[in-house]
Amino acid sequence: MCLAVPMKIVEVNGDEGFVGSSGLKRKANFSLIKDPKIGEYVLLHAGFAIERVKEKEALKTLKILRDI
Amino acid sequence: MKYVDEFRNRRLIDKVAGEIRRAADPKRTYNIMEVCGTHTMSIFRFGLRSLLPENIRLISGPGCPVCVTPNEYIDKAIAIANMKNVIVATFGDMLKVPGSYSSLEKEKAKTADIRIVYSSLDALDLAKKHPNKEVVFLGIGFETTAPTVAQSVIIAGKSAVENYSVLCGHKTMPEVMEALVKDGPSAGSGPVLSKAAHGMSAASKDGSIKVDAFLLPGHVSAIIGLKPYGFLSKIYKKRCVVSGFEPLDIMQAILMIIRQARPEVEIQYKRIIEKNGNPLAKKSIKNVFEKCPSVWRGIGCVKNSGLKIRKSYGAFDAELRFKPRIKKTRDNTRCFCGYILKGLKTPYDCPSFARGCTPENPIGACMVSSEGTCAAYYKYGKDTLKPR
Repeated sequence: MCLAVPMKIVEVNGDEGFVGSSGLKRKANFSLIKDPKIGEYVLLHAGFAIERVKEKEALKTLKILRDI
Repeated sequence: MKYVDEFRNRRLIDKVAGEIRRAADPKRTYNIMEVCGTHTMSIFRFGLRSLLPENIRLISGPGCPVCVTPNEYIDKAIAIANMKNVIVATFGDMLKVPGSYSSLEKEKAKTADIRIVYSSLDALDLAKKHPNKEVVFLGIGFETTAPTVAQSVIIAGKSAVENYSVLCGHKTMPEVMEALVKDGPSAGSGPVLSKAAHGMSAASKDGSIKVDAFLLPGHVSAIIGLKPYGFLSKIYKKRCVVSGFEPLDIMQAILMIIRQARPEVEIQYKRIIEKNGNPLAKKSIKNVFEKCPSVWRGIGCVKNSGLKIRKSYGAFDAELRFKPRIKKTRDNTRCFCGYILKGLKTPYDCPSFARGCTPENPIGACMVSSEGTCAAYYKYGKDTLKPR
């Protein structure tokens, strides 16, 4: 139920727009995040972007894991 | 898929597994509860249990919203679905959940107009498309889903969609976790584990729950942040790590739990989680909902663990609008869901598991939901896994 998928913003029209991943395009509502921008990755849950994905943190986590 | 494939890297998973084996104290047992159903599915799907030493035990918790939705809610949804001129819109997982006397799936097969939707906004669109019908969305889920449903109510209010309402069954995680760590088997007002029901489980001989640490739910935490869990480490001395859902996330979170020098709440899922959560989502929840006592299937009533629609949005409250009347609810006594949701038993302990209770013919909700503990054990473990 709490499943959420990282998807890239491809279109923004106010609070609404589209996100995409692996050739899939999906309608999304951006009213729960501030200033959505095309190209950013967001976490999509039940049609809403609920949070941004932070690339810097993702890379840091992977570095920590590689350095173990 | 970006941010998914990197966190499924087999070589790195093996590396972390090796480090877990080195870091874990062989003289003690680590009982770690994964609270969220999405974690449970991921742990099974990627076979993570097999990578862990014997003394690290993963215990599934109450974090599957479909599983903890009580019969009373299903009975009310069915009563509304059978009213004239009503369309009930729901997430697909809810269809097969058995109520006291029927399920939404069975009612749909008769005459009820029940539609599966992916989002509350799809239900709102249905209401716009069918202005002469009443569209009722079944609002279930934890803090991850609650703001999305709150937004649908706010949007319905702004765009004057008067034929849309929500049957609110939302629940919140920290309160039920407190009930579990504080009261153990007697958490809530549900059944207490009888002596005869003891066996292989996370419960100790005196019936108290023995969870040393929690893998905290990543997406609930994306909304609420860390603060609501503070009591777990400060008062109850439980080690806590907010974890993502890919196999590397979960393995790293387990390593972080083992390495904690003293109990605290840490974040593994840093690419998503902000310490204070998502302020817009929290505000949305607060605007539309207020806290209330809530009944959890198998656990019973837990204070402040539910959300109900505020009076200011009362026009969108399906319970007020339709006042569904239901017969006395009844529970199936052959089902161990209550014990399983509390982490006191595993599906292997249930007399009905795979013998009468299957995903095709579920007796309990834990076998219905794709994220239910019994469904996970059935799909991935019924033939190959030994009870641990």
